[in-house]
Order: sequence, then C-alpha cells, then structure tokens
Amino acid sequence: MRAMKKLLTSVAVATALISGTADAADKRIAIVVKALGIGFFEAAAKGAEEAAAELGDVEIIYTGPTDTTAEGQIEVINALIAQRVDAIAISANDTDALVPALKKAMSRGITVISWDSGVAAEGRSMHLNPSSNALIGNMIVKLAADHLPEGGDVAVLSATTTSTNQNIWIEEMNKVMGDYPGINVVGTVYGDDLADKSYREANGLMQTYPDLRAIIAPTSVGIVAAAQAVADAGKIGEVNVTGLGLPSEMAGAIESGASKSFAIWNPIDLGYSATMLAYNLSQGVAEAKPGAEIPMGRMGSLTLDDKNEGAMADPFVYDASNIEQFKSIF
Amino acid sequence: MNNTVQTMPDHLRSPFSSKVKSWETLLLLVAIGIFILNSFSSPYFLDAWNLSDATFNFTEKAMIAFAMALLIISGEIDLSVASIIALASTAMGAAAQFGAGTAELVFVGLTVGICCGAFNALLVTVMGLPSIVVTIGTMSLFRGISYIVLGDGSYRGYPEDFAFFGQGYVGWVISFELALFGGLAVFYWVLLHKTNFGRAVYTIGNNPVAALFSGIRVQRVKFILFLLTGLMSGVAAVCLTSRLGSTRPSIGVGMELEVVTMVVLGGVSILGGSGSIVGVVLAALVMGLMTFGLGLLNVPGIVMSIFLGLLLIGVIALPRLWSRYVSRTE
Repeated sequence: MRAMKKLLTSVAVATALISGTADAADKRIAIVVKALGIGFFEAAAKGAEEAAAELGDVEIIYTGPTDTTAEGQIEVINALIAQRVDAIAISANDTDALVPALKKAMSRGITVISWDSGVAAEGRSMHLNPSSNALIGNMIVKLAADHLPEGGDVAVLSATTTSTNQNIWIEEMNKVMGDYPGINVVGTVYGDDLADKSYREANGLMQTYPDLRAIIAPTSVGIVAAAQAVADAGKIGEVNVTGLGLPSEMAGAIESGASKSFAIWNPIDLGYSATMLAYNLSQGVAEAKPGAEIPMGRMGSLTLDDKNEGAMADPFVYDASNIEQFKSIF
Repeated sequence: MNNTVQTMPDHLRSPFSSKVKSWETLLLLVAIGIFILNSFSSPYFLDAWNLSDATFNFTEKAMIAFAMALLIISGEIDLSVASIIALASTAMGAAAQFGAGTAELVFVGLTVGICCGAFNALLVTVMGLPSIVVTIGTMSLFRGISYIVLGDGSYRGYPEDFAFFGQGYVGWVISFELALFGGLAVFYWVLLHKTNFGRAVYTIGNNPVAALFSGIRVQRVKFILFLLTGLMSGVAAVCLTSRLGSTRPSIGVGMELEVVTMVVLGGVSILGGSGSIVGVVLAALVMGLMTFGLGLLNVPGIVMSIFLGLLLIGVIALPRLWSRYVSRTE
C-alpha cells in the first residue's frame, strides 16, 4: 500500500513537473532585453515581476541573448514563438533586423511591444519611451527651482553645440521658463561631453557669475564634472548641481551635497509599465492605435501619438532618500 | 608527418564494428539523446513548425561549415567568414539602394563572397602566408570596410521577393534555407568522399609534401577551397540578409567561431587530414537542437554557451577514452 502510494505521488509530481510551467500561470509575458547581465535591465525585470504580482495570473519570462546582437535576439524570439507566449516586450538591439521575426510573432497571435530601445513600426504594435523631450525639458529646470524658493541665477552646462538631444531639451526648457518666475538663466556653456572640459566650463561659470545658485547639466558626463568643480571650489551648499545623470556616478555628489537631486528614467518603472501595457494589449483591454489611452497600473495610463509611441512619465528624481537603493543598479 | 603513422591501422576491424564505434555514431546518439530530452522537458518541442523554426539556428552556419570542413581537412582555416558576410551584405544593401532586383542582389552577394575568398587564397597560396594570420587580418579588413560604408547606419528597402531566401518555404514546413542546407550537404558529401578532388584534400591534410610529390597541385586545391569558403559565406550572407531584411555592419558578428566549433564537433581534426561531411551535418543538428531546446526552457544565453562548451569537450574527450577502452579490450 505504501509503495503504491509512493508510486502514485511520484507520478503526480513528475506530471506536474512536465506540465507545470504551462499550468502555473495562464498568461506568459516575455521581457526580452538587449543582453542579460546588465544592471539596468535586471532592474526592469524587477519591475516586471512587481507588475506580475499585482496582476496575479501572469508569469514573466525574463530573457535575452549573451551579446547585444540582433541574431541572438532572433533566436530568443523564435523560442518564444514556439512556446506560444501571450506577449513579447522587447528592448531591441536593432531597429530593422528584428522586424521579420517579430512580424512572424504577431502573425501567430502574440502581442508585441517595444520599450526603451524601439523597433521599426512594422515590427511592433506600440513603443514605450521612458520619457519625452517636453517632460525632460521641464524636469531639469524644475529640479533647480525646487531648491530655490526665492529664485536666483542658474546656468546650463550642455554637451556639444550640435548635440541633438541636449539642444531639444534646452529648447523645451526655455518654453516653460514662464512657469518658474524668479529663475534666471544667465548663460549656457558647452563641455563637449568631456570630463576635463566640462570641469573647466563649470569653474568658469562660477567665476563669471558670482551669484550663481545652480548649474543644470542635462548630460551624464557634464553633471559629474560640474559636481566635482563645485566641491573643489568649496561652494557646496551655495551652488546646486542638477540635471540628468546616472545614480552610480552621482552617488558621491549626492552624499557630499554638491547635488541635491538629479533625474533619469527609472528602469523599475519602465519594466513595470512595459509588462502592464503588454498584458492589457494581449487581453484586449485596449487597442494600440494613435490616440489610444492604455492603462499601466500605478504609472497611470499611456497616450499613444500618431506613430503609436508613448512617453511613460517624468524622469524619475534621485536624491539622498533613494540613491543608496539605485547606485548599485545602474 | 606523424599523422600518417597514427592513422595507419595495424590491423583492420570489421566494417560493422568500425561503423558502430565511429564518431558519427556517437554524434547521432547525442543528437537522439538531446531530441528525447527536449521532447520530455518542453511540451512545445514536438511541433513541426517549431522544429522548422529551430533549423534557422544552424542552417546558415552549417552552409559555411561544409566548405570550412574541407578547408580544415586540408590543413588551412578561414576565420574571416563572418566578416565576408558583413561585406557581402553591405554590398547587397548598397546595390539595393540603386534599385537592383533580387537576381542582381544574389549575384552581388555571391560575387563579393568569391572575391573575398580569392583575396584570402592569393595571400595564402601565392604569397605563402599562414592562413590563420591572413584570415585574422582579413576578418578586421572586410568588416572594417562595412563599418566605413555604413557607420552606425543601416541598409533597408530590399525588394519584397528577396525575402524568400531567408523567410520562404519550398513546401510545408521545409524552409528554403533547410532545403539548401540539404542540397549542399549532398554536394559536399559527394565532393569530399566520392571525387579525386576530395581524396586530394585528405592527402594534402595528411602530408602536403607527399601530396605534392604524388602529383597533386596542392596550391591549386587550396585556392579552390578558399574560393568555396568565400562563396559559401556569400550564400550565407544572402540568406541572413534576407532573413533580417536589413544590413548593419555588425551582422553575423562572432559567427566564425560557431562555424569552427561546428566543424570540430563534427569530428574534423583541427590538425587536418580527417573528418567527414556526415559528422558536420550531425554536429549542426546537435548544436541547433540544443540551443533551441534550452531556448524553449528560457535558459539564459550564457548558460547555453556553457552547455555548448561542455558538449564540445565531452564529445572530443569521449572518443579518446572510448578508443583507449576499445584498444584495451581487443
């Protein structure tokens, strides 16, 4: 009798093991990243797991190739098509080369979205951008203004005069300056995204404008150099450095107080939103078409533009309260 | 020299027992083993379409591996094959921009392949340089030209019917690439095992000096082998470009090592002189089945390369141990 029972249990366990993956959760959403082992994407996977826990009936398949190649991602996509996953959310290594493979996935009924790094329009139903130029332009001046309730002089330390992204962000910033009365942009200098040149330009700013209260550097190289320049000049507390930077590189500046806060996208939110969007599209809650509003849980909802692209949120603000958590991530 | 001594049997085994104890039998057993393991570990493995999709993991590499097998048997090697793909694909992309049709594109791809092969052949056979050095050089040279032409851009806009080579099916689940793989396998099997040319390849690999004195035009045979390898890289370039629908200079990066791995796993002696096409075909199947099976289980790419490494060492070590065991029992 006992032997019989044992046999039955082991058969049951074996059956469960074989069919387990298919039964455990009904909806399988694959998060495909550029390559495994990159902190930014590991954090996004954490966000995806958070979304899955919230949704309840979702299993996350976090996968990607070893190297950042399109061919590697195609092999991954083929394996996912074979498993008939419900949705694929991909950060692409190649805008064009993945299109045929992803088209095949869509033709077999799989919902495909891209996030972070996009796929050409034919290869996905929609694309999720971490933020938008307008939101970034507003955020960089807001960061400076938040710590200057009385107003004051601020200056911009950009990359090169021809850097497309930085120029658009500064242009967007100038558009919203009216919302921040008392904030006075006294000048814009260019550090060419070189650490030493950015450092010299930041020093120059402090000498030229003795009343300078903040330096806005919408570049990850410039912000670190400017923070260093402020610290070396002994002006911590007097001049606040802010802008766009990476938590791992800015942790020291936050700790010393040279920078009170800065911004960049939050990979956890990005993974969370991508999962929510993929789920809602695959379940028919919403349809990916221009103008559509697709819910994404705690992140609100995403409005698609005429190219089926949407911006997730304001850049995420990093300061002394959360830098410890993020500096090891990216 | 001592190769000849080693491969000279001191007594002849029965044809049956030598067949049973051959490398090919071992590989066949490994392939069957992986096939059975895969069918048990994933419910999605035994599906005609999924298996058909899986063949794309190895068909292009195997096409090059056939020619590479002959080249390695003759005692030479070509490490520039993946870079030839990049250059041929770039040339096809450029031609497509000038409105070339499908036939012209194929012609361009194959011609560039042959020309690259001829360039390698000239340096090795006429100038007398070692092939490993020459092809490490041309590996950087050919891909370098692609990078100069394309930079960080890409070529798109291939004609619609060009997609057939990498995405088309000749019947039911048999893709064009799979059919071509089969056809080329037969062609190379006949060439290596049934012709004077094939026997010359073995002779050169075992002893080039003796081959020369027995009237084989060693340099001419080697020249043809480099041409063939270049041509097959051109064929693979046509298939891969068609499958991706676009060209970037990073196309097929790192593929040369996978091709060489396939050849060595197929039982071709890296020192030259022995090997068979059946072995290479089986090695292609083993590698394709294993990557696809692990992909279905969403095993990360880095773990996959560990498995492949273990398999390679295992398959190479096993016959050594086996023959030691066999020689002891006989």
